[in-house]
Amino acid sequence: MIAEASSATQAPSRFRAHHFETAEQQYAASKLGMWLFLVTEVLFFGGLFVAYAVFRTLHPEVFMNSAQLLDTRLGAINTVILLFSSLTMAWAVRCSQLGQQRGLVICLSLTIFAAIVFLGIKGVEYSHKWHEGHLWASQYSSGDAASVGGFDRAGTFFSIYFAMTGLHAIHIVAGIAAIGWVLMRSLRGDFGPNYFTPVDTVGLYWHLVDLVWIFLFPLLYLIG
Amino acid sequence: MSTTTEPKHRLPQFISPRSTTEQPLSYLTAERGIRSWLFTLDHKRIGVMYLIGILTSFLMGGVMALLVRTELLTPGPTIMDADTYNHMFTLHGAIMTFLFIIPSIPAALGNFVLPLMIGAKDVAFPRMNLASLYLWVFGAVFLVAAMGLNGLDTGWTFYTPYSTTTNSSVISATMGVFILGFSSIFTGINFIATVHTMRPKGMTWFRMPLFLWSLYATAIIQVLATPVLGITLMLLIAERVAGIGIFDPALGGDPVLYQHFFWFYSHPAVYIMILPAMGIISELISTFSRTRIFGYRFLCYSSVAIALLGFLVWGHHMFTSESAMAAVIFSALTFSVSIPSGIKIFNWLATLYKGSISLTTPMCFALSFIVLFAFGGLTGLFLGALATDVHLHDTYFVVAHFHYVMMGGTLMAFIGGLFYWWPKMFGKMYNEFWGRMSCLGIFVGFNWTFFPQFLLGTKGMARRYYNYKPEFQGLHVVSTLGAFVLGVGLVICAAVLVHSLFRGRKAPPNPWGVATMEWETTSPPPVHNFEDTPKVTDPYDLEGFVLNETSGNYERRPAGITSSQKPSEVKA
Amino acid sequence: MNNSSLPADEQIHSHVSSPQQLISIFVALLGLTALTVSASTWPVGRFDVWIALGIAGVKAFLVAAYFMHLRYDKPTNSLLLLFSVGVVVLFLGVTLADVHQSEPQVQAAGLPQIPASEAAP
Repeated sequence: MIAEASSATQAPSRFRAHHFETAEQQYAASKLGMWLFLVTEVLFFGGLFVAYAVFRTLHPEVFMNSAQLLDTRLGAINTVILLFSSLTMAWAVRCSQLGQQRGLVICLSLTIFAAIVFLGIKGVEYSHKWHEGHLWASQYSSGDAASVGGFDRAGTFFSIYFAMTGLHAIHIVAGIAAIGWVLMRSLRGDFGPNYFTPVDTVGLYWHLVDLVWIFLFPLLYLIG
Repeated sequence: MSTTTEPKHRLPQFISPRSTTEQPLSYLTAERGIRSWLFTLDHKRIGVMYLIGILTSFLMGGVMALLVRTELLTPGPTIMDADTYNHMFTLHGAIMTFLFIIPSIPAALGNFVLPLMIGAKDVAFPRMNLASLYLWVFGAVFLVAAMGLNGLDTGWTFYTPYSTTTNSSVISATMGVFILGFSSIFTGINFIATVHTMRPKGMTWFRMPLFLWSLYATAIIQVLATPVLGITLMLLIAERVAGIGIFDPALGGDPVLYQHFFWFYSHPAVYIMILPAMGIISELISTFSRTRIFGYRFLCYSSVAIALLGFLVWGHHMFTSESAMAAVIFSALTFSVSIPSGIKIFNWLATLYKGSISLTTPMCFALSFIVLFAFGGLTGLFLGALATDVHLHDTYFVVAHFHYVMMGGTLMAFIGGLFYWWPKMFGKMYNEFWGRMSCLGIFVGFNWTFFPQFLLGTKGMARRYYNYKPEFQGLHVVSTLGAFVLGVGLVICAAVLVHSLFRGRKAPPNPWGVATMEWETTSPPPVHNFEDTPKVTDPYDLEGFVLNETSGNYERRPAGITSSQKPSEVKA
Repeated sequence: MNNSSLPADEQIHSHVSSPQQLISIFVALLGLTALTVSASTWPVGRFDVWIALGIAGVKAFLVAAYFMHLRYDKPTNSLLLLFSVGVVVLFLGVTLADVHQSEPQVQAAGLPQIPASEAAP
């Protein structure tokens, strides 16, 4: 399946679009484009962080109590898994730069595997919350937090929790699809020292998903 | 640009024999058939398709505007019931904002012109460019589908908690706007990457045409602000579908937080609408005064300053809902935006001073822009000042103000730019006399419609109301009559452009004598934009061109000849 | 990366991370994760969120600088990231300040007994 070192024999401009002068220019443009996209992602998640900050500072005690209902152990395990997937992704970029086809495929596969495990653990956490009724504001049904004016403030915490982790999970799914696409292409032997842009840009995206989680984990699980 | 890599443009295999006879194939004729348009990666074709899309939306929004104005002829019911009226003004606002103004200049004109202006073959990411067009189409379908479902009666701002409780089709509309946001982001990313990485050697930042500066500044806002709208609408949809209670006070949420979210995007979005317009005006004023633009660097900096300051003033839409402290701060910051805007106005006026002004159609629109934008900008100061805003908030004064800026500003510049680049886009000259007439009609009709609304607002007529007291009727009637004059002006404008496509004189490569690179190539350009790689020159060296009276083309002045020829006006 | 069989136009020059560097960053990230978990039990009162954010910031820096190659990349890309974070901080700071200023009035107005359908302005 793995086309060893095919990059050395491929036609020089196979992946260079006609409107770029040099491969270097195309690489720089793609990378800048990806960073601009990451900027939009930072702002996209940024909105949720604003909502988080507003409700946490208005009701610190609610957040403190509600965070106890999350499973810190599972959150920490998921953090380690995502960090590991970031390592394998960074390594995949290294492999593609060096033309190591086997290493590239292995690293990408490990990354996808870690992402799926992350989602599995997330699913376990979600199902616990579902069974205990620890859901978002309108569905929250557990009488153990401060209740004000006919609704439960803890529901607000879980609204934020589900919005943030849910959006993050959607990004994980998109990341799996993107890495899967890169994996397919690497099985075909598309990448080598002078063409690894998709590995690099998808890698950047994956690291950003990791970055978001680095902030989500302490802000949601470790209040206390 | 290197001169070695690409072979010169060759004829594609499948061409009709008719087109091979005289001239090289243009991007319009090189390939035929619907598929060659739908799957094209050519920025010029994508720009033209965008143009068709946004003009269709403009027509739709315009008809709604006329219906709204007709309804307001009399107090109480005139041609529709109150509920229909609410739907009508909401869709007018949403369509005009999200489907027309925001993509109008960047996505249609910018897409066409930007790569040509830097002498490139295409934008950095052509496939993403096409994707942005299709996202626009899908977004438009979702937004317009709301009309066919249960309508939309929230106002274009989708304020909570009304938008989470009304039974109209908020989800379809907001999904549409969410998708349109992605379309806008893709355009922005593409433009920034193109400007950063694809400028030719010799075109430094401060040798870029001002239209590129303004598109660049616009793209920064598109990339930074639009995602916040995305997350806002996602939360709104989640609120409606699942009741997550972020914005709904009944569930512990905060409706003012929605306003913060919404305006954090939508105020900068106002600059997405006006900045590219300002770029067009800089080009037009310089070209048709036949003078170097005055204060080039200040125009560059002021574009970026407007883009950045635009992020600091969102709270001035919320004077009546935010805290007193925030209102005071935002009011003060709001005035700071008038500084770069003022710099632009004064630089344009200084460019006109002692210029050799020719009142071509684009120039008429540019001059109208300056007048109307100054009106819009100055009335904005009344709204930015807290004390007067308490009286004017949510009245027709606000409606008149933003129509002066958005329509008097952006639309005028858009049409001016359309007339300016029309010969380049389609290779046809239009009728100058009727072009100017359309400008006159639009200018008169516009003021006729919206100036009375300033008066209505100061008298206390609230916006968005179906019914009103009899004392307001006189001004409402005047405004409605003006709207129809405005409509006639726009119809003339459309007729002039459509007529030129069939009967227009063939356009020379450089009918206006401009030094920016898009005029170096044929009109319309070939598929890969340039037969020969153009040299980077000073974009405002208008002295370097002389008019060839027989062909109507401006040609580069041969070296050694310095006498400045009197610029002749292009004949109709 | 030099591949002499290709013309200069077709070559890309970029930084390749060494295995030692990748592994040591990963280990540092694991250490910081352990630190942040234990920090959440320290009796520091309201400063806990700043400690958590500080540690997360260091982790984010490591990921961005090394895994995302920003240290070896064009400065434009780093500026973009910093700028976007700056805009989020601006958005967050101003909104937070406003919400806290108006909170006493909101409380005085006696929310949220009114049903949502009547709360529309």
